[in-house]
Amino acid sequence: MAAVRETVETVGEVEKYKYGFFTDIESEKAPLGLTEDTVRFISAKKNEPAWLLEWRLAAFRRWLTMTEPTWAKVSYPPIDFQDAYYYSAPKQQAKLDSLDQVDPKLLETYEKLGIPLTEQKMLAGVAVDAVFDSVSVVTTFKEKLAEAGVIFCPMSEAVAKHPELVKKYLGSVVPTSDNFYATLNSAVFSEGSFVYIPEGVRCPMELSTYFRINEKQTGQFERTLIIAEKGSYVSYLEGCTAPQRDENQLHAAVVELVALDDAEIKYSTVQNWFPGDEEGKGGVYNFVTKRGDCRGANSKISWTQVETGSAITWKYPSCILRGDNSRGEFYSIAISNGRQQVDSGTKMIHLGRNTTSRIISKGISAGKSSNTYRGLVSVHRKAENVRNFTQCDSLLIGSKCSAHTVPYVETKNPSAVLEHEATTSKISDDQLFYCMQRGIGEEEAVALIVNGFCRDVLQQLPMEFAVEAQKLVGISLEGSVG
Amino acid sequence: MLEIRNLHVTVDGKEILKGIDLDVAAGEVHAIMGPNGSGKSTLSYVLAGREGYEVTEGSIRFNGKDLSEMGVDERAAAGIFLAFQYPLEIPGVTTMTFLKTALNAQRKARGEEELDAVRFLKLVREKAKPLNVNDDMLKRALNVGYSGGEKKRAEVLQMSLLEPALAVLDETDSGLDIDALKTVADGVNALRSPERSMIVITHYQRLLDYIVPDVVHVLSGGRIVKTGGKELALELEKSGYAGYGADAA
Ligand SMILES: Nc1ncnc2c1ncn2[C@@H]1O[C@H](COP(=O)(O)OP(=O)(O)OP(=O)(O)O)[C@@H](O)[C@H]1O
Ligand SMILES: [Mg+2]
Repeated sequence: MAAVRETVETVGEVEKYKYGFFTDIESEKAPLGLTEDTVRFISAKKNEPAWLLEWRLAAFRRWLTMTEPTWAKVSYPPIDFQDAYYYSAPKQQAKLDSLDQVDPKLLETYEKLGIPLTEQKMLAGVAVDAVFDSVSVVTTFKEKLAEAGVIFCPMSEAVAKHPELVKKYLGSVVPTSDNFYATLNSAVFSEGSFVYIPEGVRCPMELSTYFRINEKQTGQFERTLIIAEKGSYVSYLEGCTAPQRDENQLHAAVVELVALDDAEIKYSTVQNWFPGDEEGKGGVYNFVTKRGDCRGANSKISWTQVETGSAITWKYPSCILRGDNSRGEFYSIAISNGRQQVDSGTKMIHLGRNTTSRIISKGISAGKSSNTYRGLVSVHRKAENVRNFTQCDSLLIGSKCSAHTVPYVETKNPSAVLEHEATTSKISDDQLFYCMQRGIGEEEAVALIVNGFCRDVLQQLPMEFAVEAQKLVGISLEGSVG
Repeated sequence: MLEIRNLHVTVDGKEILKGIDLDVAAGEVHAIMGPNGSGKSTLSYVLAGREGYEVTEGSIRFNGKDLSEMGVDERAAAGIFLAFQYPLEIPGVTTMTFLKTALNAQRKARGEEELDAVRFLKLVREKAKPLNVNDDMLKRALNVGYSGGEKKRAEVLQMSLLEPALAVLDETDSGLDIDALKTVADGVNALRSPERSMIVITHYQRLLDYIVPDVVHVLSGGRIVKTGGKELALELEKSGYAGYGADAA
């Protein structure tokens, strides 16, 4: 908590989109477009077993029958799914056993992103899996985790080494038929992280994945699966960046979390995909399906997200509260500036008895952006004594942006107690004047006030990422006043 | 230090200040008294450079520099401090964070080294103690849920931390109980120095018993209608503003 408070003053120092560089590295791609052959190509590249190819093909055939959802409050020209690459891998020698074998250019990229894949992170107690376009480059600290029995590896490796786990859990939270983008992901997913925490184990370090889209016209479709066995605990963080490009890049990820009895998963996201320029040119289309299943009694899943990037964000990290006494949490900061469009929120599906959930959403809109919170709290007929608390706060900066709150509630059990609070506020000229009278520059004053507004959520982030997130808040609001 | 010449100020198309002349030399404390609505706060806002307060005529010079070219934060870094009549609430931002952000922003603007967390904490505790501001209060969001008196003490704390060259205190005494008044006055007096000037806006002679001014002005209807020594305040206490053309409304 101390770090959260103490770092505000560095906010103004970081330049605009510092992640907007492109790494010139030779890559190997699937042919342009999407057919059954593309799916077969990807599966073959990954040396996948037949069952997984079949699984993909079934998803692909299903996808052909589906249409894109249109209910979200976002607008964009139709996406030509045939005009994209679905697989791109940096070309390098066969198999990597150590960091020394990784292409130095790649390592340089990660250095620029502030992710040294070296001992430094070890000291910080963070294990990192880095995904560059479609393949995982290296997973650090595997051995240390292995001692604890924790599996943390690229999805493709998990398919090869732990097929029984993958087979059992893949698609068990987000079925292949779930929605247009999740189905697309099921057909073409190329990488992602796999995490398995054995019974009773408290994961000895933060686990973290950094995703990076580098190649032009390349979609990124990662698939992450985290399984927390009985009585285990894990905290996982993902960070995302992409180079600055004129055309839109598609990102359709799926994240599945499974928490068994008494297990806890804390999943944090700092998403800073390229948001496009001021006129709305370029930027990432972020269509993501994230869902956690509190499958066991007394289990807990907590989502924390700081969403500052992407041209379009379509994302609803959800919890299925199946186990009795299980708990779901959603803490969100969604910042939109320029022409960004955000439609994000959560679903808390209460199936078990005495299940509780808590939703804290902070939406900040600036520029000409649109920011929508869309949330569902649903209580099943058999779910006795459900409790939910929802708080949605919107902060507007300037007069050309908009904020919307769309809360859905479905209660089939009268014992449920659901509380909902919502506020909308503006940064007042008086507040800005007051801060500036103390010598704080205008942009820093906005960042300070916004960080204050987001405080409840920032405090949920693991300490070392809270600092980064605070800076991001400041950077993403640059140019929003004056 | 401060030279105001024939200052006319318009707010929302309405002329509020109608030709102010005021000289405050280094080390001096000037008190400004006057009826409600006479333009006292307006004067303080104009000095701070608040948007919407348009100088239509006249000039303000501060240490020889024309203020009109300087932004709000630049004026602050140059040493102008305003203790607000109605301090603003900044939800979620602790007083500690706010103070550190402000101090380091000013230091940076002046090309000085920023203070790290340890040195800052030491400094702020040192400044907070005589004002009876404890750690608990420093950890709360700035002015949120503060009582009237706590807000005023927090303003004085900011002033003593930022050590401005010119401090304008806008009714810092109103809403204070007698003990708090003394605490605040002691805090202000501790800052009195030959290099520092102060403008103390107040309705009450009582404050001037503690913060003894060099000069007292009566502002009425947007003009300074009388200037005298500290005995002028006593006189006003007895007879009110009736004799000074209190036509502000
Ligand atoms: N935005 C505005 N539009 C029009 N008139 C304004 C505006 N702001 C202030 N005024 C007027 O300017 C006049 C001076 O206000 P100011 O706040 O400076 O008075 P004051 O001397 O500080 O009074 P008090 O003793 O009550 O604090 C008042 O008549 C007030 O109504
Ligand atoms: Mg006033």
